[in-house]
Amino acid sequence: MTVREFAALQNLQVLVEGDLSREIGGGYCGDLLSWVMSRAQSDDCWFTVMGNVNAVAVSVLADCACIVLCENAALDEDAKTKAREQGVNVLTSEENAYTLAVSLGKAL
Amino acid sequence: MSLIELHYDVPGDDFTRAGEASGSVKAQLKKLGFDPGVIRNVVIALYEGEINMVIHAGGGEIDVSIDPDQIRMVLRDHGPGIPDVALAMQEGYSTAPDNVRALGFGAGMGLPNIKKYTDEMRIDTEIGVGTTMYLRVDVKN
Repeated sequence: MTVREFAALQNLQVLVEGDLSREIGGGYCGDLLSWVMSRAQSDDCWFTVMGNVNAVAVSVLADCACIVLCENAALDEDAKTKAREQGVNVLTSEENAYTLAVSLGKAL
Repeated sequence: MSLIELHYDVPGDDFTRAGEASGSVKAQLKKLGFDPGVIRNVVIALYEGEINMVIHAGGGEIDVSIDPDQIRMVLRDHGPGIPDVALAMQEGYSTAPDNVRALGFGAGMGLPNIKKYTDEMRIDTEIGVGTTMYLRVDVKN
């Protein structure tokens, strides 16, 4: 399933478009950046409420397929700029991480 | 002399630029065709080191030496030093201030993560002078 397909399935809003045709390999939920960086896998869809510039850096370094900001968590302006520069997909949803992860798990 | 030697200056208190060195090293290693597992280990250790420099030491310098069989990193800062290295190595121990925790850091995983993802980690630290960390990630066949 691509990021675009998951966005359509869950009615996610795209805040920053990197490569929406990227395949999602799995999912990861977490907000502690060190924890996420050392455990999220390449191609994971990362569900978080951390919308800062460091979250974008962690997504790049961990090679996540996209960041999904849950429960309408905000994306900082400098994070948006960095995500654009780095081609990181950032999406948002009013749903919580559990609901979104369950949906992704069923879809994969 | 290593195959490739890279140098980075890490600015202090600038979270927007933290991760630039790690990102650059990641791109280099990818280009050179290193195993994704090796790249991951290097990048995690380096990013944690960068973040530590930004949070605790007002920035610093990073030197990376890339060889076919190992990647060595030296992270040097002129910060306050680490009073108790053994304590700092314990997962969950952190001296990061609240504003840093609010950013998603300060969980006390920095140094433990660095140790976990490297094959060698050595810390030279002196109070009031600074800290130098020597890291090595081996390329295993």
